[in-house]
Amino acid sequence: MNQWKNFTKGFIKENAVFVLLLGLCPTLAVTSSAINGLGMGLATTFVLVASNMVVTSVKSFIPDKVRIPSFIVIIASFVTIVELVMQAYTPALFDTLGIFIPLIVVNCLVLGRAEGFASKQSFLSSMIDGLGMGLGFTFALTLLGSVREMLGNGSIFDVKFATGDAILIFILQPGAFIVLGYLIALINKLRKTT
Amino acid sequence: MEYFGIIIGAIFVSNIVLAQFLGICPFLGVSGKVSTSVGMSGAVLFVMTLATLVTWLIYVYVLVPLGITFLQTISFILVIAALVQMVEIILKKVSPPLYQALGIFLPLITTNCAVLGVALLTQSKNYDLLEAIVFAVANAIGFGLAMILFSGLREHLNLMMVPKGMRGVPIALVTAGILAMAFMGFAGMV
Repeated sequence: MNQWKNFTKGFIKENAVFVLLLGLCPTLAVTSSAINGLGMGLATTFVLVASNMVVTSVKSFIPDKVRIPSFIVIIASFVTIVELVMQAYTPALFDTLGIFIPLIVVNCLVLGRAEGFASKQSFLSSMIDGLGMGLGFTFALTLLGSVREMLGNGSIFDVKFATGDAILIFILQPGAFIVLGYLIALINKLRKTT
Repeated sequence: MEYFGIIIGAIFVSNIVLAQFLGICPFLGVSGKVSTSVGMSGAVLFVMTLATLVTWLIYVYVLVPLGITFLQTISFILVIAALVQMVEIILKKVSPPLYQALGIFLPLITTNCAVLGVALLTQSKNYDLLEAIVFAVANAIGFGLAMILFSGLREHLNLMMVPKGMRGVPIALVTAGILAMAFMGFAGMV
């Protein structure tokens, strides 16, 4: 398989958020600013790459019937690692992301790649797939976070560029749904023309 | 009175779907028809209450005494997965009609983050057992309310003239946004 294509498919063509609509809970919940989106995206990417690598290495030892529970245990172990590391080194981000760090376990994207890709492909392909899909997810979250932060707070990555009042609704819950709706429409349009 | 506060808070003020963004996948995925949303909500009510009860007991009587609370994510997800499987088997034997109604939704619930989310939230709020169960039931009702309202709206949307680029998911998300805005009106009630 062409590894470059394998890597880049996660960004637009098979983007987890905009096209496959996987992992929407953290996408909507934590993207009130660009930096939160980036943090969540990178945490998920780490879990995705690590779990893909382990799943593809042990795939021949796991009986078919118990493969889903085994994958969940593998994923949950890495999530616990991320949880403890973030708690120690980035406590502020850990507090903002809150419950959504442990909830990476039930992010359909991670289990979906383990089951749909890593359990069938070679080690290298699985690792690159995890990295590509993870960075595509990070890209989507950062984009959504940036748009919401720009509209709702007049800043990007905490750098203020506009003075005066911003449209607060965009960093509140309804803004998440509305901005994502328009972004998906935009991406659909872009995918059709290219 | 405090139970009343928990119930109103969980159903309206911080609605699990529209304010906390848990359980978005089924909210968008199976909300095409009112009848399927009712089935899904029933299954969630059932599993969420049981899962919260069991994970609460495990947390307090196993994880805390052994000092291994950092394993809560792993243990909770395993308990929920096992529980869903068990409920499926028991329902099949004991009540075939109920299994017919809820059956297809049960496997989907393992990866419904609302169930794990409520189990984790219960721990972070330090509820006692009865409060935890009330909280779980109220959240499940809140999930059902959002789900059924939304599927009703989507049934109507199918009959509307929607601009071509917005058809399908985009317009559904914008609708959900407006619904979330309506729920914000409850803020400050509790």
